[in-house]
Amino acid sequence: MSIILDETTPVLVQGITGRIATFHTTEMREYGTNVVGGVTPGRGGDTHCGVPVFDTMKQAVTATEATASVVFVPPPFAADAIMEAADAGIEYCVCITEGIPVQDMIKVKRYQRRYQHASRMCLIGPNCAGVISPGRAMMGIMPPHIYERGPVGIVSRSGTLGYEAASQLKAVGIGVSTSVGIGGDPINGSSFLDHLKRFEADGQTEAIVMIGEIGGLQEAQAAQYARDHMHKPVVGYIAGLTAPKGRTMGHAGAIVSTAGESAAEKVQLMRECGVKIVKLPSDFGTTVPKVLRR
Amino acid sequence: MEIHEYQAKAILADYGVAIPEGGLAYSPEQATYRASEIGGEQWVVKAQIHSGARGQAGGIKLCGDEREVWEAADDLLGKRLVTNQTGERGRGVYRLYVEAAVSAVSEIYLGYVLDRSAERVMVVASAEGGMAIEEIAARDPAAVVRVNVEPAVGLQAFEAREIAFAVGLDASLVPQAVQMMTGCYRIFGELDATMLEINPLAVTADGRLVALDAKMTFDDNALFRHQDVSELRDKSQEDPRERTAVDRGLSYVGLEGNIGCIINGAGLAMATMDMIKHAGGEPANFLDIGGGASPERVLKAFRLVLSDENVEAVLVNIFAGINRCDWVAEGVVQALQQLDPSVPVVVRLSGTNVAEGRRILADAQVGVITADSLAEAGTRAVAATERSAA
Repeated sequence: MSIILDETTPVLVQGITGRIATFHTTEMREYGTNVVGGVTPGRGGDTHCGVPVFDTMKQAVTATEATASVVFVPPPFAADAIMEAADAGIEYCVCITEGIPVQDMIKVKRYQRRYQHASRMCLIGPNCAGVISPGRAMMGIMPPHIYERGPVGIVSRSGTLGYEAASQLKAVGIGVSTSVGIGGDPINGSSFLDHLKRFEADGQTEAIVMIGEIGGLQEAQAAQYARDHMHKPVVGYIAGLTAPKGRTMGHAGAIVSTAGESAAEKVQLMRECGVKIVKLPSDFGTTVPKVLRR
Repeated sequence: MEIHEYQAKAILADYGVAIPEGGLAYSPEQATYRASEIGGEQWVVKAQIHSGARGQAGGIKLCGDEREVWEAADDLLGKRLVTNQTGERGRGVYRLYVEAAVSAVSEIYLGYVLDRSAERVMVVASAEGGMAIEEIAARDPAAVVRVNVEPAVGLQAFEAREIAFAVGLDASLVPQAVQMMTGCYRIFGELDATMLEINPLAVTADGRLVALDAKMTFDDNALFRHQDVSELRDKSQEDPRERTAVDRGLSYVGLEGNIGCIINGAGLAMATMDMIKHAGGEPANFLDIGGGASPERVLKAFRLVLSDENVEAVLVNIFAGINRCDWVAEGVVQALQQLDPSVPVVVRLSGTNVAEGRRILADAQVGVITADSLAEAGTRAVAATERSAA
């Protein structure tokens, strides 16, 4: 199996009638994703990209029994869309939108806590490339042809570095169970740790590649979890060894502001926790085969 | 987005925080006029630049008469002030803030930051104001008080009281402290600040709490809903290359090396910089051209990167997802034809429409060095600078 998503998962697209959403809805359907509908307030009753459009998430979920959604709503309205998904009972919500204000994300995270942990929606992103279970389905914007189905789980802040890892693996004949982009924002929906747990429990996944970068402490927490609770090998890479302190490197969350947030510190801690370190971003394809038990 | 001290103080005053009387000056004459307007016997003339640690860099001068105010202003205006936060180029001083000098009995540190792990705003305070909070924390971690604020209800009076007592304020000052701390929290939420710092917060002999210095930064992603805050932007404080980039919708950070980078995705951009360093080179910049980049955007990126005189080679590294290699290739061809750069250009394309992209580059015969992998891209870019230096 894969995690989060397979070919049977019924998916809604939030903001489906937008230009970018239209393009990616078409791509997702061509790849085999079970897109069952979309939401754009005021466009209920239309058909778009071959699926029905609804005014609200509640209506859409009632009509389609969707369990997952992907958000392409512009930044000023994206937090609202995420909360609407949570309220409609969605299990997995992937938010592609980049540029959501931090205060809005604080609000989203607080709102999610009104649901018991077991029934709480898992938010993936924002500011991420999405999720793909190769050969089954995708919710996101990645180029699907670079992925092969296989035993490696990928979890990455960066979209393009996730692509880099997947294509290096494909070149050496190794496939991917699921690849999850958790996004480059300072506050994100789910962390490395959340997805390491899912990969540990997944029957298809034999090893996990974790791709982090400067800023925040989530990689360290995940590495400690891997040391204490995981049986599957974890391979890790951190981007930004050469990034200057105190500067935002593209991603809003890629900034070294306090102790433990630099690439060197993270690499050191991950290594101490037994994570196999990929020293250079060109070495995913040579490092992963070493940990796979063949 | 960063703002100046005087702008931050005006916001603080709006939210009920006491500040010394002061005024803005663009010339020595204005500075002396401000001093006479304020009255009193001592003034502080403060360079308005986007940086802390101005005191050690000579950007803050205490003056005892109007002549000294004039001289301080004359000395500071037009100078480039180098602090431990500005880099070698420093920041230009074009505005001064003249303030009544306030003598403090004691000095407190008060700051508000985003706690990423808790996903909340954290109030940080210490009885040892006047120093950088990192220094205080390094010397004596117990001297720093931290309170995470529940976002649904905001900072409560009891929390502010706990902080006030913890930093040793006299009971008579606590009501003032509560009012100002809750005011600052409202600034954070209502104006989408990402950092707010009052250091020092003075306790005066006559029993007042006064903000002697103030620093605020705001969330760029939230400026769309704060016209008034956006208007506080001062472009003179930005690196000219970065300013151009922001205005063109590109994400750019200027660095000191000689290999110009044009990359898609923040993670891949950082990773490519790391590759260059590993291969023995130094990146001249971080640049993310973003998703769905048109040939025009690639051309703009080339203009920007080539405007840096240190650049001795350009490395284009694209892993196209929502980007298209054919569009990027067209942009590279246009850039080489129109800008005719005197430095070598290394191009690595991968992902969506890669075959077409490579064909466009080959057909145009513009003399780019191609690379097939990330590893090759790094080593060829470094080799190219060595050749162009030879």
